[in-house]
Amino acid sequence: MAELDTSGGGKHKGGKIRSKKASTRIDLTAMVDLAFLLITFFIMTTTLAKPKAMDMFMPDKSKPDVQLPVPETRTMTVWLGANDKIEWFVGKPGGSQPTIDNFGKDGIRKSLVEQNKKIKETHQAPDNDMIVLVKASDHATYKDFVNMLDELNIAGITRYGVVDITAPEVAQLKKDGNY
Amino acid sequence: MARIKVPRKSTAMDMTAMCDVAFLLLTFFILTAKIRQDDPLHVDVPASTVTQIVPDDNIATLSVGQNKIFFGIEGTDIRIQLLEEMAKKYNLPAFTPDEEKRFSSIPTFGVPLNQLKQFIALDEEGRKTFPQPGVPTDSTANNELSNWIYEARIVTRNLKNQELRFAIKGNAKDEFPAYKKVVDVLQKQSINKFSLITSLKTK
Repeated sequence: MAELDTSGGGKHKGGKIRSKKASTRIDLTAMVDLAFLLITFFIMTTTLAKPKAMDMFMPDKSKPDVQLPVPETRTMTVWLGANDKIEWFVGKPGGSQPTIDNFGKDGIRKSLVEQNKKIKETHQAPDNDMIVLVKASDHATYKDFVNMLDELNIAGITRYGVVDITAPEVAQLKKDGNY
Repeated sequence: MARIKVPRKSTAMDMTAMCDVAFLLLTFFILTAKIRQDDPLHVDVPASTVTQIVPDDNIATLSVGQNKIFFGIEGTDIRIQLLEEMAKKYNLPAFTPDEEKRFSSIPTFGVPLNQLKQFIALDEEGRKTFPQPGVPTDSTANNELSNWIYEARIVTRNLKNQELRFAIKGNAKDEFPAYKKVVDVLQKQSINKFSLITSLKTK
């Protein structure tokens, strides 16, 4: 067989032909450098915090006649005013003075849970969940609106609706200095 | 006196393990990477506690901020078809295949139809500096946004046989009527279900 003799000298006459033992170690420094550079690049360009989606259902406007009769005692109306202020009341509009509230743990969240409990206790079993009407005024921010929906989620209230605010309600907000 | 000889150690380390770890991480990041796309309209989304992730496909995003509305839709095939339908609807001269291809790579835009041709002709850098006034929604006669939405729904139904989903990306500091305007456009077409894009609350 034809073989190429790469060894330089012709010194091994008669002696054993020894192949050169090359080290199996390779210098990996450059490779590691490159790998870390690429890792850094990919860490910087990825978006790990993916945006979240809050599902929203609006009442169907095309069929205005299908309004379910809802007892007012089970309804909580929430107005979103300016400067992150909330006003809410339970029952008929004008029936009771609205309570001025804030966002946060001790604000609207507590009120929602308390009112929900109260309504659960005072009403008959199958139809005893609270219905919340969210009415955002023109000076409420989008953040307030999302926060409100989030609070409803946290409180576990599934029956809520987003309704347009009416002129007398705006007048009340104005009177309380929240518009 | 005899000197104490410090044994000289080799400075070469065994990097095999380090190399393995580095490449493992690299593989992970390459596989999970989704290159961040620049938003033409800077929107500061509000935070919420919901953990549901925005779907990646079959979704149209309406960004609201600075009194402008931007429209974006996922899927290059849908974008091309949508552009053709819109041109037909507004009796515009048909877009060339090259223009359609360029349009299909634009994730979101906010230009009225009469500026669209000019906008498509720009390169990526030019689009960033192009003053985009938002998709017009003002009057009922010139409600381009409504038509974009309407055509997008039809195109999605034809191509994917699915209902198009909608997501609203609103600016946290904006007042409610800006958001309401978009919802009204959607509700006029009996779209009563949509998503609001939020970031995760860190609390």
